[in-house]
Amino acid sequence: MSRYRCPDCGYVYDESAGDDHEGYAAGTPFAALPADFVCPDCAVRTKEDFVRDDPRAD
Amino acid sequence: MTSIAAPASPHNPVAYRDRKRYLWLASLFYPLVALSGIGLYELTGSEWALLAPVVSIYGGVSLLDWLLGEDRSNPPEAAVEQLEADAYYRWLPILTVPMHFLVLIVIAVFAATSGVSLGGVLVLALTAGLYSGLGINTAHELGHKKTALERRMARIVLAVPAYGHFCVEHNRGHHRYVATPDDPASARMGESIYRFAAREIPGGFRRGWAAERERLARLGKPAWHVDNEVLQSYALSAVLQLALLAALGWIMVPFLAIHNVYAWWQLTSANYVEHYGLLRQQKPNGVFEHCQPHHSWNADYVASNVLLYHLERHSDHHAHPTRRYQSLRSFPELPTLPNGYFGMFLVALVPPLWYALMDKRLLALPHVGGDLAQVNVEPSRRPRLEARYGPARGGTATGAQA
Repeated sequence: MSRYRCPDCGYVYDESAGDDHEGYAAGTPFAALPADFVCPDCAVRTKEDFVRDDPRAD
Repeated sequence: MTSIAAPASPHNPVAYRDRKRYLWLASLFYPLVALSGIGLYELTGSEWALLAPVVSIYGGVSLLDWLLGEDRSNPPEAAVEQLEADAYYRWLPILTVPMHFLVLIVIAVFAATSGVSLGGVLVLALTAGLYSGLGINTAHELGHKKTALERRMARIVLAVPAYGHFCVEHNRGHHRYVATPDDPASARMGESIYRFAAREIPGGFRRGWAAERERLARLGKPAWHVDNEVLQSYALSAVLQLALLAALGWIMVPFLAIHNVYAWWQLTSANYVEHYGLLRQQKPNGVFEHCQPHHSWNADYVASNVLLYHLERHSDHHAHPTRRYQSLRSFPELPTLPNGYFGMFLVALVPPLWYALMDKRLLALPHVGGDLAQVNVEPSRRPRLEARYGPARGGTATGAQA
C-alpha cells in the first residue's frame, strides 16, 4: 500500500485508507482510480501529476 | 499589530507583521452595510435613502479603490505557514456566514412590513441580492478549504443566495477548466456579459450537479440522496425562503426572485471579469497546460480586496486554490484590471465600453502579443475580431512557459 501526494496542495491519497468522501474504498490502489481523477482538495492537479509519497523508497 | 516570527531559519529570521490583519474585519462586517439604507430611511423618511448600500458598493468602493490605490505587499514565504495556521484568520469567514442570513432576513421583514412603495421594495430586493452575492464570495473562501467545518459553513451560506451547487461546480469544474473554451465560467473575448450569463448560469448548474452525481455514484448512492451536498444547501434555501414567504406573505415571491437572480448576477460578474479572453494552451496530447498566473485578471486595490477576502489576487488563487486569503500574493506583470472588481462590474454592463477598455489591454499582454490564437475568442465574433486585429497566427507564444 502506497501513498500519493498532490504536488500543489499536499493532499495525500493513502491506498490503505482510500477516501470515504470521494467514494474510493479503503484498499483501492492509486492505479485503479479513474483516469480523470483530480486532486479532491485543490482540483488543479490530475492523476499524472501526483507523486509517490512513501516513507521508504523503492 | 501582531508580529509573526517565521519558523526557525537561522540564516534568515523573518519577523513579519501583517498590516492588513485587522483590516480583514472589513470583510466580516461589510455585509451589515446592506442595512444602512434602512437606518437612513428611518432617520430621513426618504425612500431615496434606501439606495445607500447599492451606491456604497458600486460608487463608494470603486472611489475608494481609486483614492487608496494599490497594495502589492506580500507575506514572505517563511511566514506563510504560521499565517495559515492562525485561527484568527480562519474564524473571520466562518463568522461572516450569519451576517448574510441576518441581512436577508432583516431586509425582507422591512420590505414586507414598513409600507414603502413598490419602487422601494425593488431597491430593497436588489440590495439584499447584491449583499447575498457577497455571500457567494464568503462561500468561495470557505469552500476551498480542507476542514469539514469550513466546507459545511460554505454550503450553509450558499443557502442565502440559493446557489447550493456553487462550491462543487467551482472547485471541480471552473478551477479545472478555467481559461479554456469549454469552461462556462470563463468569459470569451467579444462575449458580452449578457451572452455570458446565459451560458454561465445554466452551464455551472449542470456541471456542479453532474460532479456531485458522479461522486455519489462512486459511493453507490443515487443522486437524490441526503448525502448530496448540493441538495443539502438547496434544502436549507427552501426552508429559509419558504419561512419568509409564510411569515411575510406574497410580496416575498417577487422579492426573493429578484434577490436570488441579482445575487447570482454578482457571481456572473466576477466570473466575467476574472478570466475575460484568457486562454490556456493545449499540449501536443490535447491536454491543456496547467493554469498559469497569466490566466487570470487581477486587481490589487486595497479597498475592494479587504472586502472580498483578497479575491482580486486571482492569479495566486488559481495557482494555489487552497491557500488562505491572508496568504495570497501579488505578482508584478500579471494581467491587471484598470479598476477594482466592483468598478469593472459596472463597466461590463455596457459591452461597447467593456470592449473598448479591455480588448486592447488583453491583446497587449506579453504572452498574447496581439495574437488571437492566444485568446479565448467567442466563435460568433471571430470574423469581426480577426478583421479588426488580424488573423490568429498560432505558434508557441505561451506553450513554452507551461
